[in-house]
Amino acid sequence: MKSFTYERAASPAEAAAAAARIAGAKFIAGGTNLLDLMKLEIETPAHLIDVNGLALDKIEATADGGLRIGALVRNTDLAADQRVRRDYGLLARALLAGASGQLRNKATTAGNLLQRTRCPYFYDTNQPCNKRKPGSGCAALGGFSRAHAVVGVSDACIAVYPSDMAVALMALDATVETVCADGTTRRIPIAQLYRLPGETPHVENVLESGELISAVSLPKPVGGAHIYRKVRDRASYAFALVSVGAIVQRDGTGRVALGGVAPKPWRVAAAEAELPRGAKAVTAALLADAKPTRENAFKLPLVERTLGAVLRDARA
Amino acid sequence: MAKVSFVVNGEARTLDLDTRTTLLDALREHLHLTGTKKGCDHGQCGACTVMVDGRRINSCLTLAVMHEGDDITTIEGLGTPQKLHPMQAAFVKHDGYQCGYCTPGQICSAVAALDEIKAGIPSHVSADLTAPPQLTAIELRERMSGNICRCGAYSNILDAIAEVAGRTS
Repeated sequence: MKSFTYERAASPAEAAAAAARIAGAKFIAGGTNLLDLMKLEIETPAHLIDVNGLALDKIEATADGGLRIGALVRNTDLAADQRVRRDYGLLARALLAGASGQLRNKATTAGNLLQRTRCPYFYDTNQPCNKRKPGSGCAALGGFSRAHAVVGVSDACIAVYPSDMAVALMALDATVETVCADGTTRRIPIAQLYRLPGETPHVENVLESGELISAVSLPKPVGGAHIYRKVRDRASYAFALVSVGAIVQRDGTGRVALGGVAPKPWRVAAAEAELPRGAKAVTAALLADAKPTRENAFKLPLVERTLGAVLRDARA
Repeated sequence: MAKVSFVVNGEARTLDLDTRTTLLDALREHLHLTGTKKGCDHGQCGACTVMVDGRRINSCLTLAVMHEGDDITTIEGLGTPQKLHPMQAAFVKHDGYQCGYCTPGQICSAVAALDEIKAGIPSHVSADLTAPPQLTAIELRERMSGNICRCGAYSNILDAIAEVAGRTS
């Protein structure tokens, strides 16, 4: 691990200002992904700003009937919150499908959103990777690509985005609240948080230098059946090959987001209009522009079958 | 270098550490509490599991300097050879190990997992999200998935935990 200096932030605004001012600075909260990457020298921050002392660990009701989740709320606490379990079951289910008990106790809401891909070529510093080292190439194209993205990819990167939680937040129309380096705040709909790789796969989101996520807010509950179905190589503690998060209403309408198939949590408005027509029609619209490799083409029928199972469960 | 003070197994400790030192390395290399094991050092195996303020975490994926004022419990703080913690005694009784390397992490994780069920925290296999979780074998297996046993002593580990939980699997 490269050496770094360390400070404990006193306020969100000071943390954001310090992060923009100090070259190579990064925030650390749970640290479960950042330290993993620092040990491999994939992340090499010169300065760490510990934000754990900031009072961003509450879940509060909002005036419009929704919930405001502090950036530092741990994954375990978010999944265990009675309001989340009752009104946003999809979010609780997605959180509990991810990582292990130990990791969920430490991992935070904001950190989960910003976790990096587990592409093995991103992790292997002996391999070219446009995300880790811009312009070096992509070893996954033509390499072992069974777990990689099938849609939203580019010729520069086919890495898949790993979070389960973000799939649920996408379907729930969450909004990400931030504090910028100049002390101002802004609200980013989660659908606009992530960037597709294009020619710049190292730029993964729209956050600016120093910008700190302070909370994630949820609109008021929409009811319906909340289902998160994750298909993976083990029954527990593994990343998704394919996951489907859905909210299905009695009349057959609803929302669907996918994990394990794209460089970001994947949701397509036109696909949701197809919900009353069933899984095949929805999948065709969700994956219309898919560009799978020979090794991960199985994900296309797997999405359709997983979604079919979700819709069956929703009717039951 | 940075100074950090925390309580380990009831004893106040102050260390002057390279900022890169993980909590795991602080415990093993600086405080010589070698019960906590380094397996993968990347949060995948669970051998380094300790409890911080009563919650289980991977001590390899957290910096020691981030634990100012925290209350840390390691396997050495759970019981002693003369006075075993009930979970330690159950692992001995049920032969819940072969080589023993993952055992301290398994035991710390199991103690905390039972507390999590008692606190009503649901899991991936809980059928009803809004009901209190049940003490079933499938719940225990799911909750222990962050602890890998390379020798494959899982069925005996499960028997040990189930006995402490008050049920036989």
